Formats: sequence, structure tokens, C-alpha cells
Amino acid sequence: MTADGLGDIWVVAEQRDGHTKAASYALIGKARKLADESQSRVAAVCLSQGVEDAGQLAAFGADKVYLLDGPASDGWNDDAYVKELVDLARRDKPSVILATSGALGSSVIPRVAVALDTGVAANCISLDYDAQNRMLVQTRPAFGGSLMANVVFPNKRPQIATVRPHAFKKGEPNSSRQGEMIRVDFDRQAVTAMTKLLNVIRDLTEKVRLDEAETVVCGGRGLGKAENFGVVAELAEVLGAALGTSRPPVDDGWVPYAHQVGQTGKTVSPRLYIACGVAGAPQHLAGMQTSEIIVAINEDPKAPIFEVATYGIVGDLFKIVPLLTKKLREAHG
Amino acid sequence: MPLEYFLTEEQKTLKGLARQMAEQRILPVRAELDEKEEFPWDLIKEMASSDLLRVFIPEEYEGLGGGCFDLCLVVEELSRVCGGIAISYAANALGVLPLILYGNDAQKSKYLPAVASGSRLAAFAVTEATAGSDASAIRTSARRDGDHYVLNGTKQFITNGGEAEIYTVVVMTDAAKGSRGASALVVEKGTAGFTFGKKEKKMGIRSSATRELVFKDCRVPVENLISREGMGFIVAMRTLDRSRPGVGAQALGIAQGALEAAAEYAQQRVQFGHPISAIQAVQHMLANMATELEAARALVYATARTIDAGAKSFTEESAMAKLFASDMAMRVTTDAVQILAGAGYMRDYPVEKMMRDAKITQIYEGTNQVIRNAIALEVLKRKAKQG
Amino acid sequence: MNVIVCIKQVPAKIKIEIDPKTGTLASGGVDRAINPPDLYALEEGIRIKEKTKGKVTVLTMGPAQGDESLKEAMGYGADDAVLLSDPAFEGSDTWATSHVLAKAIKKIGQFDLVLCGKQSIDGETGQVGPMLAEALGVPFVSLVNKIEELGERSVKVMRMSDEGHQLIEMALPGVITVVKEINVPRIPSLRGLMAAKKAKIPALNAQELGIGPAIVGSAGSPTRVVKVFFPQRPGKSEMLQGDPESQVDQLVEKLRQTKAI
Repeated sequence: MTADGLGDIWVVAEQRDGHTKAASYALIGKARKLADESQSRVAAVCLSQGVEDAGQLAAFGADKVYLLDGPASDGWNDDAYVKELVDLARRDKPSVILATSGALGSSVIPRVAVALDTGVAANCISLDYDAQNRMLVQTRPAFGGSLMANVVFPNKRPQIATVRPHAFKKGEPNSSRQGEMIRVDFDRQAVTAMTKLLNVIRDLTEKVRLDEAETVVCGGRGLGKAENFGVVAELAEVLGAALGTSRPPVDDGWVPYAHQVGQTGKTVSPRLYIACGVAGAPQHLAGMQTSEIIVAINEDPKAPIFEVATYGIVGDLFKIVPLLTKKLREAHG
Repeated sequence: MPLEYFLTEEQKTLKGLARQMAEQRILPVRAELDEKEEFPWDLIKEMASSDLLRVFIPEEYEGLGGGCFDLCLVVEELSRVCGGIAISYAANALGVLPLILYGNDAQKSKYLPAVASGSRLAAFAVTEATAGSDASAIRTSARRDGDHYVLNGTKQFITNGGEAEIYTVVVMTDAAKGSRGASALVVEKGTAGFTFGKKEKKMGIRSSATRELVFKDCRVPVENLISREGMGFIVAMRTLDRSRPGVGAQALGIAQGALEAAAEYAQQRVQFGHPISAIQAVQHMLANMATELEAARALVYATARTIDAGAKSFTEESAMAKLFASDMAMRVTTDAVQILAGAGYMRDYPVEKMMRDAKITQIYEGTNQVIRNAIALEVLKRKAKQG
Repeated sequence: MNVIVCIKQVPAKIKIEIDPKTGTLASGGVDRAINPPDLYALEEGIRIKEKTKGKVTVLTMGPAQGDESLKEAMGYGADDAVLLSDPAFEGSDTWATSHVLAKAIKKIGQFDLVLCGKQSIDGETGQVGPMLAEALGVPFVSLVNKIEELGERSVKVMRMSDEGHQLIEMALPGVITVVKEINVPRIPSLRGLMAAKKAKIPALNAQELGIGPAIVGSAGSPTRVVKVFFPQRPGKSEMLQGDPESQVDQLVEKLRQTKAI
């Protein structure tokens, strides 16, 4: 426990091709707000070498930026990242460690937590500062988003949380902000080689990844048949969105399983989710109801999807969706 | 289903497994197998891996020793998802039934374990071009020659024909004795002189294979005679008495699938601003469908349990179960198509297939007309005894 | 190969109710099932056992009715099962759960590979796998969609990554989590199910596992749930009225305003 406010808040900043991901910036922004509320400090932690926008991390709110020269981010790095983060945390004792939910969040962070003898609040959608108890309050969904839980760390430190990619928005940088750049050497030899990368296969064909997309357009049984999926695919393309489906079209063979959103498919939490001809069975809602804005288009006014929709249109999707696509296309020129 | 049937733990496990098999493996491929008229070999293998083909084989021969009711439970669950695959399973059970009832130990040891493991399928053959309802008019002959019978003739409309390897066939060994001159034999695929006709193109149960069996101087060892010469029609009649509740179970399953599809659709289809399930006309159709289905189920289950309890004769109830369930299935599936209306007519939706599949249950293992004759005879026999 | 599969028993349906008096989950009487993602881990474990003529042990931590799921797992083909159950375990978070599982695995003794599903459908953290590995002090690989090669000292696995796939060699013993793409789980056999129904599942409690109260249950968990509530959707849905043209116009306008597009 630290005497002042919340104590140091670390954000693991992830990069792709040397550039920090938007979700990490968003998390730094949130950490900044929490730090301001609690008289604490924010540190961005870059586990991989070759970070080209370290200065920006300060501009977005980091007081300190740890630059570790761990292996570059594309490749198999779990063991190295675990060692780096554990060693650094043991040395500089943060009160809070935040990371984005995803590959690193689900493989590396839990291991770091156990090594530091603390737990993880996973897939959080909001973070708050409890001034009275000087601790972080993490809010996370359970049961497919049907339920929300507030989680705290009564005793253990650091308090570790992984946060959904779109829970917070990337704010505006303040270029006058300066941050302390701290280079940390990473001893590669110290990582015991219990795992070894043998090959990397770059074969991801999806243009927009469903679980990272900011916008998802989803088709359901209301489309009637396989050929009609083109109607939602076109809307997805105009929006630069990922294409999703509920389960029935997958069962009937209209759409590959990789696009399935729901309890037995992928969970998504985009900014905008447009459901076309989707009834809204509980198993589907479980995969998307934490989306920020949900638009539902269905001919059945009693369809359960309308219970979670922000905006609803009762109507014929074969009229509505092409019109929407056309209007959006015109706007983009 | 609304009525509680007090299944044992084992029966619940059996029913649950059959349902899991149907929903996870059969459902995704039923439309394609129906469209392509493909025999479901992969599914047979899967069912075999799960021991479903052991259900109707006695324990002494590597089976699980299930009774009529157990078989009905499995067949009903399979039929709920696809009548075509269910009938391939059920006809397999029918094919070995003469052996189970009348075969000797050598025959049972030779054929039953292979069926239990799913490595060989069976089929039952009585019908010929000139002998459908009039089964005693069969002409396929089996002339004794040394230690073989020589078969000549053609069987028609045989389910699993061409896919099965083990055929229990009813043939005339002594035409002079009329209906007491028939015998039942086991004939294996691959026997010289045994070939198959072309695969029939059917209205429904299209994934099931239906072919002619063609015997031309086909030599079958005398060890393959089931029971004694002259027992042919007795074997056939007793076999069918025991298998007819299974046809009833097929009908139950098909109707159940249709009822569920119709009810689900009615709740989703919106016309005049509300789901059509709010319309009384539709509600009454669903009520009739559900009631008839439950009545048929109660009859089929009671019959199956009577048989399993060791009843000596059950021709009448067995016929009734098949009759009532199959007529019910035809009505229920027709109504299901009607409730789905335009969509129901389209092959994209499952109910038109269910209607096409249901029809055969009114026809095979005795047309419902011949079945009614059999029931009437029993009724009158009773009346005669009382009077 | 000695394989251990960790499974979780979860509610079969995900609609749940909160007890208005206590503010906690009213989960009594809900149908329970094996966490669907765990079925893929179980299937893979059984395939490894069949290939290597080895053994599969299934573990679960939970209340007494957890043994139903263990029996079901044995029906699929697992050889042994152990229930880890103690009132003290109730309220454990993923950290505490992993430590209980780790203790149980250490008690079992020799193992080559631990398989877990990607995540549970109720907690949805996906953390037990990696935490368990760390607690056992063994290597860990996540998101495995194919086991390419099984050796005595190591295993080669294909895993899903941001750009596609990676082929990793992991020393044994180790822990992996698997994704659905790895296999199609078999349907259990009747004989397996019948035999499993008769099986007596051994249970281990905290004392037998040598676990003190400090590291289990709500008291021992680093994280604590302080409140559980239904998410509030911002008001009721706004239904856009009018003819299709008008509805679409309104929608585009609203989405523009909220900067969603």
C-alpha cells in the first residue's frame, strides 16, 4: 500500500510495426485521468524494442516511459515479456498495472500476476478511483455481459487489470507534456528457453479482425439465404467494418464459423454494432451486448435484439440496409 | 414433451446420446444428404463409435441388449432431425431381427457382432414387384441342391439395398405348399449370382438407399436357413410385429421435428403487425398437432413396453401404433408446411422434407390399408370369442 | 503420455438472476454443463491418450455436483477424475482457483501435459491456464489450434497469433490452452456413459490438498467482487419511425452525432 493516492499506475503499451496501438493510447489517457484524481503518476511500459513514438506516450499522459529492449512485437515473446515485466515490477513496485485485453493480456499478464503474487481483473470495461479506500475499482462483465461486477484488490498489490480495446477512447495529445524516458536493459539470457519459436506463418486473411474492429456489421437468419449475405457485406465494406454473423447462418452453411459472434463464437465489443435480421437470442447477445452503440434492424418488433439496441428500426432489412449503404457511400464520395 | 414417461436412467442416457448425435452430427448435413441422395456412411460410422448400433443386438453377441422401447427412443430422436438417416438405422435393426428372433447360435455369432460394431449393415427383404401387400405372392424361389439353396428372383424396394452386406430374405422353398412353403435365409453381399438393381429415386427419405435385389442362380449355403423350411412367413410376421412400433417411432420423431419448426416459425413470422402465433387459427393447428403427436407417442411407447414386458402376442397393438403414428405424422407435417406457408414450400426450410419423409411411414412395413385389415381381424376375433 | 484436463462446470444457460435480498447470483437449480470450450481440451487429451496409449485425468474445482461433469468427461473417454471441493474454495477468483488446481496436480504427481479450454463462458477471463502454468512453474502456450508433434520431452504446437499462426516447441511438462479450431469433439459412447455413471469420483478437500485458508475462497483471493449488477443500457431503445428513407436518414444523423461513423 502506498501513502499517496493510488500509487504508480503502469500501462503496458503495445506496438504494431513500431507504433503504439490506439487501445494503448486510450488506456494511457484513462490512467492519466485516474492519476490526476488520485495524485499518482502514470508510466508507460514498452516491453519490445523499436518503439518509434515514445514521445507521443508522454504527450498522451505518461509521466515516465520505460523502454525495455525486449524482442520485437511480432513473434513469440510471452516468456521474455513475462520476465521483463515481473523483474521491472519487482524493482519499481507499481500500485497498478493496466494492459489491453488480447493476446498479451490473456497470456502474459496472468503469468506476471502469479509471479508477483497478485491477481488480475480481466476484460474490464471501466475503471474508477475509490478515494476513500485509495484503491482502483474495476468493472467487468460476466455471463456474456448479462451481468457486471465491480472488482477490487483488498490487499494485494499491484492491482492488475486488462481492459477491453474499445472501453476508452483515444484522447487528444498534449504536445507540451514531457515524460521521463527510462531505458531498461533486458537480459535475454535470463529467459529460460522452455519454449522456442520454430516458424511464423502470416496467413491471416481477414481484412478487418472481428475481435478488434471498431465497427461490426452482423447478419442473421432474417437474411433468408446465403446469397443475401452480400447485402450486409456491402454495408460492412462501406463502413470499413468487420463482418459478423449470428449462429443460424453458420449452422446452415451460409457463412464460415470464423465470423460467428456469440457464446460459441467470438465476443466483440466495438464502438458500433449493426445487427441486420438478427433476432437476438441470449447466446448471441452474450457475444456483443457490451458494444457501445447497437443498431438493430428487424421486421419483428418483438425481437429480443431491440431490448439491447440503442437505435432500432422495425422494417424490411432488404429495403433498409441497401438504403443505408447507399447513403453512406454517397457521403464518402 | 408434455407427458412424463418415467424413463429409467439408462433410457435417459440413451435418449440424450441419440439426441446429441442427431443435433450435432446429423442436423448440419441432412439437407445436403437429401439433396444429393447420398447414403450417410460417415454418420453410420459415428453412430457405431457411440455404440448406437449395439442397442438392438443382444449382449451375448457384443450388443447392449436393448429392447423395443430402447430402439424406439433412439429412432425417434434420429427421426426428429432426419427421417432418411433414421430409416437407414432402423432398417439395419429390422434386417437383423429375424436372426435375433429365430437364428441359431452359429448364425448369430457370425453376423450380429459385425452389425453391433457397425462394420456391416443389414437389410430385410420380402417385397417383390408382384408381392407388396400380398406378401404371400412372392415368387423368388430357393431350390435345394445338395448343401446349397439356389435362388432365383428379384426383390423390390429394399431399404439399405446395395449398402448392406447381410440380407435376411424370404423366399419360396416349396411353392406347392403356398404360404407354408416360404423360408427365411441369410444372403451375403458378394455371393455369386447376387446383384443389385439401380438405386430408386424417391419422394422422401432420399439419403436412404433403396434398390432391387437380383438373384440369378445364386447359391446360398444351407447353414444360412433361418429356423426351418416353411417358417418364412411366420418369421416375417413376427419380425414385423416387433418392428412396427419402430416405424411408429420414426413417425413420432418426424412429426416432433415438424411441430417444433412450425411453432418456432410462428413466433418469428410477423404479419399484420404481430407474430402469426397470435392468430387463433394457427394456435388451433398447433394444438391439434401437439395433441395428436402426444397421443401417438403414448400408444407407441405403451406398445413397445408391452412387447418388452414379454407379451406373447401383440400383432394388434403393434399395428395400431404404426397406423396411428404414421397417419398423424402425415397430418402434422402437412400442417407444418401450411404454417410456414410460402417459406414452408421452399427447400431452404426443413418442413417440406419432413412432409416428404413422413409419407413412407404410411406405406412400408405394411400399408396402412393392410394394417387396418389386420387390426379389424383382431377386433373381430375378440368379438367372436366373446360372443 | 499422462494428460491432465482441467474443466469447469458452468450454467447451461446464461440468463441469470440476482437475488434481490443478497445482491448475489441466485444460481440454485440452474442446469449445469461442462464449459463448452473445455470439451475441445478434453477431446484433444483423449486423442493424445489414444495415440500414445497414455492416460487422461480430469480435474474440476467446484461444489459437490461437479462430479456430474466429471462423470460426463469420463463418458467421453477420460480414465480418471478428481473433484476438488471444499466450502472454503467458494468465492475463489482465478488466482485462487489456479493455486488449488496446481496443488492437486502436484499431488497427482507425474504429468506430461495439462490442457485447458480457452476460457469459461461465465467468468470469461481465460486466466486459469496461464496462472496454473506459472503456479506449477512450467512453460505455457496459449491459443493452440493444432498439436503438430508429440515428443517425450517436448511438444510442437501451432498457435493463433495476430498475423496468423506460430509454430512453437514447448518443453514438457507444460500447460496449453486450446481453441475450438483444434478439433471436433466426439460424441461419447453409450458404454462409456453407462460405465461413467457407475464411477466413484474421489474428492479432495482443502486439508487433503494441504491448502490453508489464506489462499482460497473469497478471503484468499487477491480480487474480490464487491458488487454485482445488471448493466444499464442507456435508456430504452430509440425506435426510429417513418418510412425506410426517413428511418435511414435519422439513423445516419444519429450515428454522425455520436461520432460512430
